[in-house]
Amino acid sequence: MQADQTLETKPQSGQPARLRLATIWFGGCSGCHMSFLDLDEFLVELAGKAELVYSPVIDVKEYPQNVDVCLAEGAICNEDNRELLYQVRQRTRLLVAFGDCAVTANVSALRNQLGPGNAESVLQKAYIETATANPALPGEPGIVPPLLPRVMPVHEVVAVDYFLPGCPPPADRIKSFLVQLLEGQEPVLTGKDIKFG
Amino acid sequence: MAAKTLTIDGKHVSVDESATILDAAVDAGIYIPTLCHLDGVYDVGACRLCLVEVAGSSKLLPACTTKVSEGMEIQTDTERLRQYRRITLEQLFAERNHVCSVCVANGHCELQTLAYRQGMDHVRYDYRFPQWEVDSTHSLFGLDHNRCILCTRCVRVCWHIEGAGTLNVSGRGAQARIITDLNQPWGTSDTCTKCGKCVMACPTGALFYKGATVGEMERDRTKLEFIVTAREKKQWIAD
Repeated sequence: MQADQTLETKPQSGQPARLRLATIWFGGCSGCHMSFLDLDEFLVELAGKAELVYSPVIDVKEYPQNVDVCLAEGAICNEDNRELLYQVRQRTRLLVAFGDCAVTANVSALRNQLGPGNAESVLQKAYIETATANPALPGEPGIVPPLLPRVMPVHEVVAVDYFLPGCPPPADRIKSFLVQLLEGQEPVLTGKDIKFG
Repeated sequence: MAAKTLTIDGKHVSVDESATILDAAVDAGIYIPTLCHLDGVYDVGACRLCLVEVAGSSKLLPACTTKVSEGMEIQTDTERLRQYRRITLEQLFAERNHVCSVCVANGHCELQTLAYRQGMDHVRYDYRFPQWEVDSTHSLFGLDHNRCILCTRCVRVCWHIEGAGTLNVSGRGAQARIITDLNQPWGTSDTCTKCGKCVMACPTGALFYKGATVGEMERDRTKLEFIVTAREKKQWIAD
């Protein structure tokens, strides 16, 4: 069956190896991943050409080695985000800032406007002042990562190869990017395909 | 009327001697990006997006405030200009808090549109994330300093089309901001006529009609155009 062939996960003889694709979710609302799922039937085609090796939608605990392309959603908000991003950068050939939070820091960075001490003041507001039960700051060394003093777009922390803006990037924009990449072209987005917001 | 002949991007153009480079380009159907320019209001050359190259000048010149001269050779779209325009746009985005996704003008914003037209897919400068307030004391309109690019279109329409003189600029550099009357809440202004021309003129989401939420703020410039036509052609007609 055609569908079974395209869903086949092992490289078939005589065919080029499938692209090792990862997606990752930093400080964002997951809307970019929802938009990725909006690719609908193209996901089936994509599964034939790319192997998803790490993503919030699959159960893989550790970010693997030798990833070809990683779509990184979200801004870098806490120490966990930052450490993981360093690892992702080391293990990934092409890193894509995926969506406005990754590209501009977007809504995730609204707390930056509160100036120095913003991390403490937003936690105070959320977990103490507006708490209806058990007001307490969340803290568990090694489990709950501390917030960074400033939320950053991905390219402020590591080098980024491509930018895919949008809040979220519409599915056809993601498709256009991926199709160019899968065809071995230099992905170029122009006009409304790089519109923020 | 005396005419001047010049070339823009190699195209021969003949315009009245009073014309600016921008007028000549518009006349010839050649696109030059603009942001602080607004048809019918005098130009100030503030935003630097319309900079062009003129043969014989080592400086880049703003098309909106530079008068044409005989034999001028103008380039509007070189690699150097594209680089400078991109830098200008990125600096505008980095300076204040332009969060397109939660802006009333999302999808109807001249800054946002120019950014993607000029190929800006990210901002290379660190965002400054300054602390700015929103003045929502006026009964009809709001002023969000986070989105303001200080193009002064609002100030110019307020003084020179409405003649109210409510809006002004206070401070210098990064601290410059739009104020109303004697730097007081807009809602307490004695001079504001509530005409709304400032809101019509604003290129971003800095000035908005109250009650508009994300992406809902669309500007209706027909009233401005009506008055401009009346002034310039002495005809009280609407399109």
